[in-house]
Amino acid sequence: MQKKRLFSRIAVASVAALILAGCSSGGDSASDSGVPKVDMMKELGAGEGQVNLVAWAGYVENGSTDPNVDWVTGFEKETGCKVNVKTGATSDDMVALMKTGEYDVVSASGDASLRLIYGGDVAPVNTDLIPNYADIFDNLKMQQWNSVDGVAYGVPHGRGANLLAYRTDIVKPAPTSWSSVFDVNSPYKGKITAYDSPIYIADAALYLMETQPELGIKYPYALDQTQFDAAVEVLKAQKPLIGEYWGDYLKHVASLKSGGTVLGTTWQVNINLAKGEGTKVEGIKPAGGSTGWSDTWMISSKAKNPNCAYLWMNHIASPAANAGVAEWFGEAPSNAKSCDLTADKNHCATFHAADDAYWADVYYWNTATEACLDGRTDVKCVPYSEWVKAWSSLRNS
Amino acid sequence: MRLTALLTAPVLWLVVAYLGALAMLLVTAFFTIDSFTGNVIQQFNFGNFQDMLTDAAYKNVVLRTLGIAISVTFFCTVLAIPMAFYMAKIARPKTQKILVALVLTPLWASYLVKIYAWRTMLEPGNGVLDWLLKPIGIHSPGFGGPAIIIGLSYLWLPYMILPIYAGLERLPNNLLDASGDLGAHNFYTFRKVILPLIFPSLVAGSMFTFSLSLGDYITAQIIGGKLQMLGNVVYQNFSINLPFAATIATIPVTIMALYLYLVRRTGALASM
Repeated sequence: MQKKRLFSRIAVASVAALILAGCSSGGDSASDSGVPKVDMMKELGAGEGQVNLVAWAGYVENGSTDPNVDWVTGFEKETGCKVNVKTGATSDDMVALMKTGEYDVVSASGDASLRLIYGGDVAPVNTDLIPNYADIFDNLKMQQWNSVDGVAYGVPHGRGANLLAYRTDIVKPAPTSWSSVFDVNSPYKGKITAYDSPIYIADAALYLMETQPELGIKYPYALDQTQFDAAVEVLKAQKPLIGEYWGDYLKHVASLKSGGTVLGTTWQVNINLAKGEGTKVEGIKPAGGSTGWSDTWMISSKAKNPNCAYLWMNHIASPAANAGVAEWFGEAPSNAKSCDLTADKNHCATFHAADDAYWADVYYWNTATEACLDGRTDVKCVPYSEWVKAWSSLRNS
Repeated sequence: MRLTALLTAPVLWLVVAYLGALAMLLVTAFFTIDSFTGNVIQQFNFGNFQDMLTDAAYKNVVLRTLGIAISVTFFCTVLAIPMAFYMAKIARPKTQKILVALVLTPLWASYLVKIYAWRTMLEPGNGVLDWLLKPIGIHSPGFGGPAIIIGLSYLWLPYMILPIYAGLERLPNNLLDASGDLGAHNFYTFRKVILPLIFPSLVAGSMFTFSLSLGDYITAQIIGGKLQMLGNVVYQNFSINLPFAATIATIPVTIMALYLYLVRRTGALASM
């Protein structure tokens, strides 16, 4: 009995201490309407010897995937900053990883960048410290997803569209629109895939823009309750068609290769990887447009290696590295000078780097908020947190 | 005094790292998040529990996970009893050692390697199972619930075999002989003599297979197709909505606590 009491006393004391500690730390999360004030870096110092990145698959290649694809080793030699990279599968993963404070830099898409800025997780970027910033296409700088009140929060990386992948040897005739993945009578039932993230609701909304114009959807990230419910219904009807939802791009590539997946949404880099392994697969941007991304390299407000972080942001925006990423990932580069350095001289033309008309029907990932992003003021839109709940409910039903 | 000093370190470890984490989990479940930035707001409310209880999807996922955990435990038991019986009672001492080693070897390989191996085996159309079973007209179940049950049963089988084997080893042979001498058939002996005596071992084994299946999410991710288990819900939400993930995580904790309570009622814990 004596022993038992002793045990429980120590136990109670430590739990109490722990809870107190847990509650008092992290008290800086008080949310106010504006952007938390985070200081900008004033001048560059010596490198810290390493930098920790959170990035999309294919953004940070050191030759281990393909010996010819390497824009990291040179940087490491030149600056002495060893590059450690953590691949994020979705924007939500990236936001969560950046909140840990263990990473210095992130390649954030538009549906992550504003959350990071308003969450106080990233710092404003002093573009004077990044010489290559000058060569970035003007229409990518200071956009609503990478700046707030005229303050830059990052270096634009590149942009691209989510593509419709199909196995050319199996899917005949070749699909021309997104309706092929939403058709409940599809002959490829059970072999269709979709991206496993709440942001995929926007793909359904985009499909509705075309097929049910009476809903009045103008922008797939600004959905009022009626429009949102309609989009979720589309996804519910689509679920029986899906074999697997993909989040892990390597598993997705393996599925395309084995034929477990023959049709569905993808990124150009996955197509390239699958083709590299001999798979007969193509990716198209269907008529009617597509969702897509415009990414930004941002620096953590808690960066432990800020100097190496700035060096990295400058390096990845340099014409050579930017051309390398753009070509490997299959996206339009952000640096105007990159176009001269791509191995395929037509790369910038193929990916419409400077072709504004092409981007008119690409809807970059964005974070839905209650205030409708399409400018409507007579209704409230469904905020992203509700998208998350709806997605979780859909996936688990 | 010396006892206090001796106990402090392990107890602190147990409490801070283990029970402390559970306590934090429980507390977090009552918090909420900022709908835009996703930052946790430490404000006590029942919103998460309300969301969880009102959405039928979560009831389905609980039932599905329970079903999978029960099936896995069932298949492990059915496979483990004859295997353990052979090891403990029939095999020669030398074979016995080899068999124990064989049962243990899969535990030396990585979980992921084993599940990815099952992925290639279960692959519908061109997987190993399809290739092997096509001549007799059976198809691979493909990715989904049955695949998860197969994968988990494979993974946790050693955890069921070993306790049953240990229980059977302690069972004196002459009890079986006596039962036979008194005219009981093999099955009757099994039901009336062996089963009651190895019941605590079965419970021990089922605690492993049941709880491990209840919390698993990687198997479901790799060979579950679009099917999700409770662990996947937690995994899916913890990056976006940590408090909600914590709320979901209280379900398996509650189920396990209930299970242990029931086991305790049967008295199996005392004789383990």
